[in-house]
Amino acid sequence: MSRILAIAGTEFRILRRNRWLVIATALLSVFALALTLAGATISGALGVDLLTVSVASMTTLAVYLVPLVALLMSFEAIAGDAERGSLALVLTYPVSRGALLAGKFMAHLAGLTIAVVIGFGLAGVWAVAAGGAGAESGLALLRLMVGSVLLGAAFLAFGYVVSGISRSVAAAAGLAGFVWLILVVLYDLVLLATVVWDDGGVFSRHVFPWVLAANPADALRLYSVTASADQALATGMGAAVAALPQGAALVSLLAWPLVGLILARLVFGWRVP
Amino acid sequence: MADAVLQVTGLTRRFKGEGGVSDVSLRVTAGERVALLGHNGAGKSTLMKCLLGLLPIDGGEVAIAGHAVGSAAARAAVAYLPEAVAFHPSLTGREQLRLFAKLARVDRAEADGLLDHVGLGPAGDRRIGTYSKGMRQKLGMAQVFLGKPALALLDEPTSGLDPIARHDLYALIDGLAANGTGVMIASHALTEIEARTDRIAILRDGTLVADASLPDLFAQADLPTRIRVQAPRNAGSLHDRFGGQRINGARVEFAVTSDQKMARLGEVTALGAEVSDLEIIPPSLETLYRHYSQAGNAP
Repeated sequence: MSRILAIAGTEFRILRRNRWLVIATALLSVFALALTLAGATISGALGVDLLTVSVASMTTLAVYLVPLVALLMSFEAIAGDAERGSLALVLTYPVSRGALLAGKFMAHLAGLTIAVVIGFGLAGVWAVAAGGAGAESGLALLRLMVGSVLLGAAFLAFGYVVSGISRSVAAAAGLAGFVWLILVVLYDLVLLATVVWDDGGVFSRHVFPWVLAANPADALRLYSVTASADQALATGMGAAVAALPQGAALVSLLAWPLVGLILARLVFGWRVP
Repeated sequence: MADAVLQVTGLTRRFKGEGGVSDVSLRVTAGERVALLGHNGAGKSTLMKCLLGLLPIDGGEVAIAGHAVGSAAARAAVAYLPEAVAFHPSLTGREQLRLFAKLARVDRAEADGLLDHVGLGPAGDRRIGTYSKGMRQKLGMAQVFLGKPALALLDEPTSGLDPIARHDLYALIDGLAANGTGVMIASHALTEIEARTDRIAILRDGTLVADASLPDLFAQADLPTRIRVQAPRNAGSLHDRFGGQRINGARVEFAVTSDQKMARLGEVTALGAEVSDLEIIPPSLETLYRHYSQAGNAP
């Protein structure tokens, strides 16, 4: 355990030094505050408080931004060490591949959690200060933070998988971009096209909600809106949520980091440094 | 016989297609410095990775300080310096070395002391990104010393270094061996022979074709000595008699095997004043290396 902590400490220091922590926090903060400010103009019209609108907007933001930030933190993890020649060296020490991965994951997850809590937290503080927050919307913000960290954890793990199978850092960067594009952008587009084509058929009513929940990025949308009827109203995800058993989105959000890490450990195990 | 810190018996690791090592047996004792030579692709890196447990082996046995390769005890007993290793540029030398110390469960004071030992003390708190290649290799060397390993495997430790940095690194390697660590230095060049290595092992196409001290290798190879005779007036008749080749009309150079060397020299000196000068050129390191590393010269 002390070895894992030593690796985590070093990785966190690297995250701080190469500015990723600052960039990620600044990025999420700026967007979250901008969305909250913009939400102030419409919250009155919808009849819900400022934070409710803000959380709905920030959920859409998180679905795109959190996976991106997570992949940017993790895509270099294995391929970068291999390229520098330090991977083979570290593995000759009495430390297992699993421990090495665990240490990196702890550091990256800590960095991501800091960025999410500060970024979305600032928006919450702003809403409270403006008198546009209540217990219900506060809980929604908390759900968004927890969901975002879980989503980030999944994409950190996907980043390690990508890094583990890539021969070079450049290849890992390209593949990470591809994973983001597929899971965050194209997946939804294909689903949307299918729903339109299906025109309210069996797929739309019974299969679509499950396929939506199966993608961790969409699971965050579902998880975030189940907080309240107001949220469902603000995001328009109510129908899909209603078709799923309670907790399906949370199970997806919890399962993907685990599946990703297991996959990353397998891929890392096959790699000859 | 001294304790073997590395005992390799019949090690085989083949890759699909070609490459790898076949039936390599090798032994390194405590405090011994062994140079592992071979062309690029001869199997040096494969052999090292097998010894480090990074690459599974197809057959044979490897014991490091008596422990099976890959075991925790074996990992703790072996140190490694990869070729041209570059650590994370954002860390300082001290932070990097302290991390290795923690992984090896070695006191951090030892890590700090090693920074001074390799001559990086003043630069220890600078980021590795600002280090020269020589400094990075010194940092790599510092982690080799951690925990006083029984065996150190160094892959091309001096490639790309200037002569001063190379000299410094060899001084460190000598110190390491003097403290009882068995050292194996892989190289595709002869520079490692120039250093005072005790024994030379040569790999060719994945098999070990030589494993002996330098004088023994010369004796086994039985390479011809070249004799160059200067005879301005009658180089022609000398060429007819000894063969070889004429240089500038006034000199003749010919090769003799070790058993006929003295007899030939006697004949040359018997010519007296006809010969104005005589040079004896022993076989060079390059010739020796070429002899063992080219096909058709198996021992």
